[in-house]
Amino acid sequence: MEHIVSAKNLSKSYTKGLYALDNISLQVDEGKVLVVMGPSGSGKSTLIRTFNGLEAFDAGELNILGIRIDASHDERRIRQIRKRVGMVFQQFNLFPHLSILENIVLAPVQVQKRLQTEAEEHAMYLLAQMGIATHANKYPSQLSGGEQQRVAIARALALKPELLLFDEPTSALDPERVNEVLDVMRNLAKQGMTMIVVTHEVGFAKEVGDQVLFLDSGKVIETSTPNVFFSNARHERSRKFLNQIENK
Amino acid sequence: MSKKLTYQIVVLFLLAILLSILINNLSINLSRSGLQLSFSWLLRPASFALAENPLPYSPSDTYAWALFMGWLNSLKVILSSLILATFIGVFIGIVRTVGNSVLGFLAAIYITLIRQTPLLLQLMFWYFVAFLGLKDSIFMPIKGMISISNKGIEFLGLSLSSEFSALLFGLSVFTGAYIAEVVRGGILSVSRGQWEAFRSLGFSEINGLFKIIIPQALPAIIPGLTSQYLNLAKNSTLAIAVGYSDIYAINDTVINQTGRTIESFIILLSSFFLLNLLISNLMEVINKITLNSKKI
Ligand SMILES: Nc1ncnc2c1ncn2[C@@H]1O[C@H](COP(=O)(O)OP(=O)(O)O)[C@@H](O)[C@H]1O
Ligand SMILES: [Mg+2]
Repeated sequence: MEHIVSAKNLSKSYTKGLYALDNISLQVDEGKVLVVMGPSGSGKSTLIRTFNGLEAFDAGELNILGIRIDASHDERRIRQIRKRVGMVFQQFNLFPHLSILENIVLAPVQVQKRLQTEAEEHAMYLLAQMGIATHANKYPSQLSGGEQQRVAIARALALKPELLLFDEPTSALDPERVNEVLDVMRNLAKQGMTMIVVTHEVGFAKEVGDQVLFLDSGKVIETSTPNVFFSNARHERSRKFLNQIENK
Repeated sequence: MSKKLTYQIVVLFLLAILLSILINNLSINLSRSGLQLSFSWLLRPASFALAENPLPYSPSDTYAWALFMGWLNSLKVILSSLILATFIGVFIGIVRTVGNSVLGFLAAIYITLIRQTPLLLQLMFWYFVAFLGLKDSIFMPIKGMISISNKGIEFLGLSLSSEFSALLFGLSVFTGAYIAEVVRGGILSVSRGQWEAFRSLGFSEINGLFKIIIPQALPAIIPGLTSQYLNLAKNSTLAIAVGYSDIYAINDTVINQTGRTIESFIILLSSFFLLNLLISNLMEVINKITLNSKKI
């Protein structure tokens, strides 16, 4: 079976001699959840952003949903990928000038050319699933962080993606708001959504993750099941990192 | 009543007091030296011809009517330059911000070139080199549709004098460069996250720019745009350099004929005050509309 995501020897450097991504290879299969961990500046965002072409890379090869891209950063293929892959950001990045409903409906109507009424029905269904249907006509600034992030997830889901990317989706939230977002993500995993999640939420990683990939200085230090990674990490650097996040 | 309107009225009131004191002073001084501040000459025949007049005019019409023709000519060139400059500025501003490197570089050269040379020189260029330099009907791509020659521009029955055309192009190309920088600043004021959000939803760059980025950039763009429009209106008085009969040029003729310098300048100042008040209030309305249509 073909992998949903397959990366081969990905490398990228912003500044000469310093690698943000250093020869990274990985695979994610359908319905699996890959959790990406690593210290700040280790390249987690850079890595996950290459998967939908927000970031170009210098060498190596990517295969996303059967679409191959390489260092040439072919814009047409990247747009094909983006139409099938959703992304959720740390800072939500909702469109502040549009209502919640408009935020969700815009891409299905404009990009996928779906009917306005059908897209709105779908959006209301998604908002209900996220428990925020009553906010449909409000604007992003009127919502709490946790609610905004759930809107962002609904917006990504509105395109019926085959893969979801999350870059620290709960890092900008108040601690008491973290779970309302993680619950939504747990549900998505249960429904079989393929996901790549950059997060430091150990509980979530243990419960939902199929694999944990640990990055440091742009290199994959280890890829293990959550069981092994959290109780018996194979590498000294991984153990040091786990100590640090536990003591926080 | 809005705070802004109250403020405007108070300023207008103070200005009126100041002006009446000045005028009073002036007329006392004038009458001491045997002169009188008077506007009755406005109703006498102007007895000079005009190169262009949007409404019927002949030398037997009054000075007042001649000045009004000048005001209309000013309004005509200001409004059309304003529209053309906006198109140029928005286009160049976008190209400069998101265009490929070659186009972006060309846009940067245009902006630098225009901003580093005096407007008067540019107007001279458009008039003497670009228009008067042309032979008769040198450029006629589709016969009868458009012709550009040293007599001006003929476009589908609409004929524009070479003076008007030179002024239109000069002002638009000049102001366009400044508007481009205003637009660029506005676009850059929108966070990178918004670009990443629309890109990851599969929008094309141009669609995302117009649906997501520009609406958010407008509050940052409109104030700068307003001041560029006001500058354009003021710069239009350079019309005299290319011989276009705007309010300033006609005023000049009137002063030469009547010697009524003070009165003419009072008329000139109030015409521009009125014109700029018109522009800034119009922009204020546009600003309100864009702010109301978005809740940030
Ligand atoms: N736009 C950029 N320009 C230059 N360096 C960058 C840029 N983005 C990230 N980097 C560098 O690349 C490395 C990896 O960054 P990032 O992927 O954001 O790490 P993480 O998400 O794990 O914190 C860091 O050293 C960071 O400073
Ligand atoms: Mg990051």
